Amino acid sequence: MKTAVIVFPGSNCDRDMAVALEQVTGRAPAMVWHRETELPDGTDFIALPGGFSYGDYLRSGAMAARSPILRSVADAAGRGVPVLGVCNGFQVLTEALLLPGALMRNAGLNFVCRGVPLKVENSQSLFTASYDAGETINIPVAHHDGNYFADAATLDRIEGEGRVAFRYADPVNGSARDIAGVLNDAGNVLGMMPHPERAIDRAHGGTDGLRLFEAALGVLA
Amino acid sequence: MKVNVYVTLKPGVLDPQGKAIHHALEGLGFGGVADVRAGRFIELDVADGTSDADLDAMCAKLLANTVIENYRIERP
Repeated sequence: MKTAVIVFPGSNCDRDMAVALEQVTGRAPAMVWHRETELPDGTDFIALPGGFSYGDYLRSGAMAARSPILRSVADAAGRGVPVLGVCNGFQVLTEALLLPGALMRNAGLNFVCRGVPLKVENSQSLFTASYDAGETINIPVAHHDGNYFADAATLDRIEGEGRVAFRYADPVNGSARDIAGVLNDAGNVLGMMPHPERAIDRAHGGTDGLRLFEAALGVLA
Repeated sequence: MKVNVYVTLKPGVLDPQGKAIHHALEGLGFGGVADVRAGRFIELDVADGTSDADLDAMCAKLLANTVIENYRIERP
């Protein structure tokens, strides 16, 4: 199992993500700097971490989505390699057009940083197979730009295709239809605002996030 | 050649920042403001003869996120 964490200037959850990946796989991920053009050979899981890549200049995730390594990430995603984007990673995936929609400033304008209950909408994906459909799990959020937006036709389509992975059980940031996590059409790319890597140890207050990594990485093991 | 690019939220897209600005204006006593929408102004200094197609591509590929934003290019 070879995992990789993409590191941008301004990423700040890259080491938390590395801890989660190593905890589940027993092997430290490759930390891949944004200026690299190639992923390590044989990479079979890619994580885009949270943070404030490029200081959120222009739009959250906009600059990172145009960085050299993202071409390799997009190629790998096209080949079916699982890609997980958390928080800023989700913003990067939408800006890179690997996921539909956009993440805008929170409706309440506040940075929201707390544990939130999430409803598992799709328990069939490779990331969510350890959950039960309709189950409520607790995962922390910490973001300013998590207000998911897509036009009504896109929302209808992704809901109809089972591509809403998670919904906030209660409104958190103004997201359309309370969407917290979205899958691509092939199901191998997941973007989510909540931080599963911050819920992998009892000392974190819960381990619901660990189950996501166990599912995503166990399928490949 | 200076080119001005105006990036604005599409109609119908909620603009929390515009709303906050609106509330602040009301707080300062400015009545009669029906709505506020905030956008972004970008000034480009490009080579003379840069084509419309290139400017358009710059906007579509980076300067605006066309999922939520419109853009307008103003040439001299």
